[in-house]
Amino acid sequence: MPPLTTQHDLENQIHDFLAAHDPSATDPLDFLRARFDAGLAWLHYPPGLGGQSLPRGLQPVAEQAFAAAGAPDNNPRRIGIGLGMAAPTILAFGTDEQKERWLRPLWCGEEVWCQLFSEPGAGSDLAALATRAVRDGDDWVVTGQKVWTSMAHEARWAILVTRTDPDVPKHQGMTYFVLDMTAPGVEVRPLRQITGEAEFNEVFLTGVRVPDAHRLGAVGDGWRVAQTTLMNERVAIGGGAAPREAGMIGILAEAWRTRPEVREPALHDRLMTLWVAAEAARLTGLRLSAQLAAGQPGPEGSAAKYAFATLNQQLSGLELELLGEEGLRYDDWTMRRPDTVDFVGRSPGYRYLRAKGNSIEGGTSEILLNIIAERVLGLPGEIRADKDVAWKDLPR
Amino acid sequence: MSEELLYSEPEDELRAAVADLLGARAPWTEVLARTETAEPYDADLWKALGTGIGAAGLLVPEELGGAGASLREAAVVAEELGKAVAPVPFLGSLGATALLLALPGCDAWLRRIASGEQTAAVAIPFSTLPGNGRRNTVSVTPWPPKEGITDARLTGRVTGVADALPADLLIVPADGSLYAVQAADVTRTAVTSLDMTRVLCDIELDDAPGELLAIGYSALDDALTATAAVLASEQLGLAERCLAMTVEYVKTRHQFGRAVGSYQGLKHRLAQLWVQIAQARAVARHAVSATGDERAIAVAVAQAHCSTVAVLAAEECVQMHGGIGFTWEHPAHLYLKRAKSTSLAFGTAARHRARLAELVALPPS
Repeated sequence: MPPLTTQHDLENQIHDFLAAHDPSATDPLDFLRARFDAGLAWLHYPPGLGGQSLPRGLQPVAEQAFAAAGAPDNNPRRIGIGLGMAAPTILAFGTDEQKERWLRPLWCGEEVWCQLFSEPGAGSDLAALATRAVRDGDDWVVTGQKVWTSMAHEARWAILVTRTDPDVPKHQGMTYFVLDMTAPGVEVRPLRQITGEAEFNEVFLTGVRVPDAHRLGAVGDGWRVAQTTLMNERVAIGGGAAPREAGMIGILAEAWRTRPEVREPALHDRLMTLWVAAEAARLTGLRLSAQLAAGQPGPEGSAAKYAFATLNQQLSGLELELLGEEGLRYDDWTMRRPDTVDFVGRSPGYRYLRAKGNSIEGGTSEILLNIIAERVLGLPGEIRADKDVAWKDLPR
Repeated sequence: MSEELLYSEPEDELRAAVADLLGARAPWTEVLARTETAEPYDADLWKALGTGIGAAGLLVPEELGGAGASLREAAVVAEELGKAVAPVPFLGSLGATALLLALPGCDAWLRRIASGEQTAAVAIPFSTLPGNGRRNTVSVTPWPPKEGITDARLTGRVTGVADALPADLLIVPADGSLYAVQAADVTRTAVTSLDMTRVLCDIELDDAPGELLAIGYSALDDALTATAAVLASEQLGLAERCLAMTVEYVKTRHQFGRAVGSYQGLKHRLAQLWVQIAQARAVARHAVSATGDERAIAVAVAQAHCSTVAVLAAEECVQMHGGIGFTWEHPAHLYLKRAKSTSLAFGTAARHRARLAELVALPPS
């Protein structure tokens, strides 16, 4: 079969697929499985694994065509960690059996994934992590504590980085596994946040047995495998085609327009400064998408998350100031377990508090600035006192 | 619409040609040396750029001897000129060309601009905000004007005009209409300008002969908006060069036994600047691509953002170069003076935000 390179060919292919699988008359899961098997799931994946090795830029074409036909989707926000982080890592490092076993139910949303990376003692310095995995026959026995784990309470599988050799410097002694979240010894406890709810969890691992067949990459190569996961996280965050005044700036602009009583002259220029900043961030995201679609990926993606975090915090802070007395109220401190973050549906106080996490989760703003400075601008790296020291001898 | 935010291949080729020319003919040492001569504008460089590469006639239709290009190509030229703080009247010429293109019966003028025979400028203070600030300082007889008048007389004074010193033709807004006036018929006095590489002048008209070009100012606002859009790209280029220069310096400058660029106190600020410049590139591209009602919004956003980024980049350039950055013999001051001056040109960032507030219905009270 000739390679499908044009949008037109792809649209024809989707048209034929939809003719054979009427979305309104097919069970949603069966539909998604068929879409995966037809290579129309993630187009840039290889044939046989849900794709056709097409350019990433064509994906929106497929999503729009399926959405227009009223086809069921795989609830991408719910399975974001699987799609954005676990899948690319399995694709890059997994064996054929592993790819076969995990990728299809992952994409179809049958199995939710979570990420067991951060630990109480290893946040920005992920490579210092202490969760131990010890070889025992065909298994590994894992003991330790992970934290900031979204979706752990619903996940079937986890991507997990462990310490397998404490006698070598920290980057060298790690190994990467896929962990069965239903295995004995896995305990998930909600971790309540400053907002009152618990998106995240602590995950305690006590003598959990992981088969060696669930290892991704070589023993001791876990850091390199983890880099693939983290790089894909950042790619996933950049870009997008949001309309003007989408998100938090839209909430603020709406309040300013519809409620003249909140218009404080001294705050007007601040509002407009943030309006410009939001528009600049939006256009930068659009430009990034265009670059990706044209096959010119740029480093702008690493800036997008930094800019988003800063902007969200400034906007949500201004919103409370605008509202004055109303800003003194909060909607609900009740402990909840949301699947996704909902900035729009909650109160201004919630937005203000939740935005504080934006500059911490998925790489702190300070670490992102280090990355831009070192990898984009080529500035010297931080002095690393722990580089040549065995992990077990590091102060902690 | 998002492809318009990228650069096309012809635009990349134009950029390379301009960069080569400036690299050979406008190194900063020569730009600096010229600032203390009687000729603050580089006529030879302008000839090479204007007619050699065709920058003067970029917007002029091909049948009039121009390139028939758009603001997007002009913006690429402006980026390179900003990188070099080159002393050529490209921006002023562009503004005058955009204005003449919108007026009927100006083909002869446009032909002369494209051929390099004449350089034109709009006689309006550099600080004028598009769509605003029409303080009339020139009076005309006869008044009211009638179509076809070629022998009007203009008297008055226009201060702080950019790129008018090397111009042959001035387009003078006066008493609500636009007139063509030969530069030889007015008195131009160079202003000791904050930006030494774009020297302003005051223009004195004393019964100067003028030819009526158009009644009304509506075309003037559009031309100013177009010029402000292109200025955002000049600011982008300037900021890029300041960042590159500074990054290079902090990699090589050692203090306390380390490259100063290894300190987070500098690294993080440079990374933040890079983020803002990446955004400036997107908004500057949008400003020269947008049409219709969107254009005024896009230009206000670009001016508010890019002028702020250019000033920040130049200020960080001076600060991070430390002692040497504060000296006359380092180019940082040329960039700082250009950046700060452009942030006042066509209105400050705050005035663009105020204008934007009107355009997007976010009134101050």
